[in-house]
Amino acid sequence: MFSNFDFSVIAASLPYLFGQGMVFTLTLTALAATGGIVFGTGLAMMRLSGIPGVTQAAKLYVELMRSLPLVLVIFWFYFLVPYIGAWVTGSATPIQVGAFASALVTFTLFEAAYFAEIMRAGIQSIAKGQSAAASALGMSYWQTMRLVVLPQALRNMLPLLLTQTIVLFQDTSLVYVLSLTDFMGAASKVAQRDGRLVEMYLFAALVYFAVCFTASWLVRRLQTRVAIIR
Amino acid sequence: MNYTWNWGIFLEPSPEGVGTYADMLLSGLSWTIATALCSWVIAFGLGSVIGVLRTLPSKTANAVGTAYVELFRNVPLLVQMFLWYFVLPEVLPTEIGTAVKQLPDAPFYTAVLCLGFFTASRVAEQVRAGIQSLPRGQRLAGTALGFTVAQTYRYVLLPNAYRIILPPLTSEFLNNLKNTSVALTIGLLELTARARSMQEFSFQVFEAFTAATILYVLINLVVIAGATLLERAVAVPGGR
Repeated sequence: MFSNFDFSVIAASLPYLFGQGMVFTLTLTALAATGGIVFGTGLAMMRLSGIPGVTQAAKLYVELMRSLPLVLVIFWFYFLVPYIGAWVTGSATPIQVGAFASALVTFTLFEAAYFAEIMRAGIQSIAKGQSAAASALGMSYWQTMRLVVLPQALRNMLPLLLTQTIVLFQDTSLVYVLSLTDFMGAASKVAQRDGRLVEMYLFAALVYFAVCFTASWLVRRLQTRVAIIR
Repeated sequence: MNYTWNWGIFLEPSPEGVGTYADMLLSGLSWTIATALCSWVIAFGLGSVIGVLRTLPSKTANAVGTAYVELFRNVPLLVQMFLWYFVLPEVLPTEIGTAVKQLPDAPFYTAVLCLGFFTASRVAEQVRAGIQSLPRGQRLAGTALGFTVAQTYRYVLLPNAYRIILPPLTSEFLNNLKNTSVALTIGLLELTARARSMQEFSFQVFEAFTAATILYVLINLVVIAGATLLERAVAVPGGR
């Protein structure tokens, strides 16, 4: 089966695959994970705030995002972002948004829903007595959150947040539907150009496996360390 | 904002010649549901086997189960979809590969297999967690009653484990349903693909995607309601 397997295709396209594709994938993952955790924490705080309206709005957002397939959300934002941009800047016509910016907005807003659920569990895992103690010390809500609750919640949830980031790393391959050149997009462009689907897709699978397997192994190690400290 | 809304678009004939745009979306919906249900059969069956393997006392069984889960969890679904669709027919013996490529509805069968094997790794993790969450005494009691390992699993461990993991299994089912949309990359005309082609033909982007969104939310609600009923129906009387 490997008799006409052509490794030179892979070797020749390595600079393109990693220099362009993997850099795109990693940049998108890092930025979307950061944005998603920040926005997700905000959503979790809104959902736990108990303020009528705010709680429901956060819940609706999270539930809606979680019930939609990522591919549909990618399409939604691809067409919606130019209109949102026009609305924000007050422009009369939809503004041009680069495909990368559009993908970044999509992944940040989509993953925020998943990060929000993790952070909600994290905030709830902090004993009530701690925020009560902070109030007794005269801290405001924001001080309590910033100095007492969130640092511990983030730490407790770090393994889960990182696991979700690995999922995000895998999910970014779906920008393929917008013909962007992420790692998978680059592999598929070379595959179609040279008619070498077997080599390129197997190689892409191998690279994704190596990265995700190593990353989840590291997360598991981290998890045992965090568990000892707690 | 200069977008022209036209909600009547759904009743206009689609460029396919038969039926309206609404019919087009509904046909997509039925492909989505068919793919989700068929792949779930594989995912549930295979996932249960792999999950059980990971809880058996045999080291080999453990290793096989772990290898399966790691392999299918660490490769993105899109890549797996391409491997099944583009790579598998090429590496099979020529006659079989050609026959596979010429199958009618090849994207459907491919998507079912791919999602089945992919989701099985997730189901396996839930089944394993369910079995491991049971008190050790249950397995021991099974052995004390003279059950074989298979009987212990069949009559003692699995009936309890499935009841415990029903809620996470429901969300795996929903994930599987949402993941069917990835199959549009190999040409399956499911709901998202249909919404996308409606947008391309009619230029009514937001109507098409709104309709798809509502349909996905509705399926979610139906599944959750069904799962709640199922949970109530199978609850052990006098249990928690």
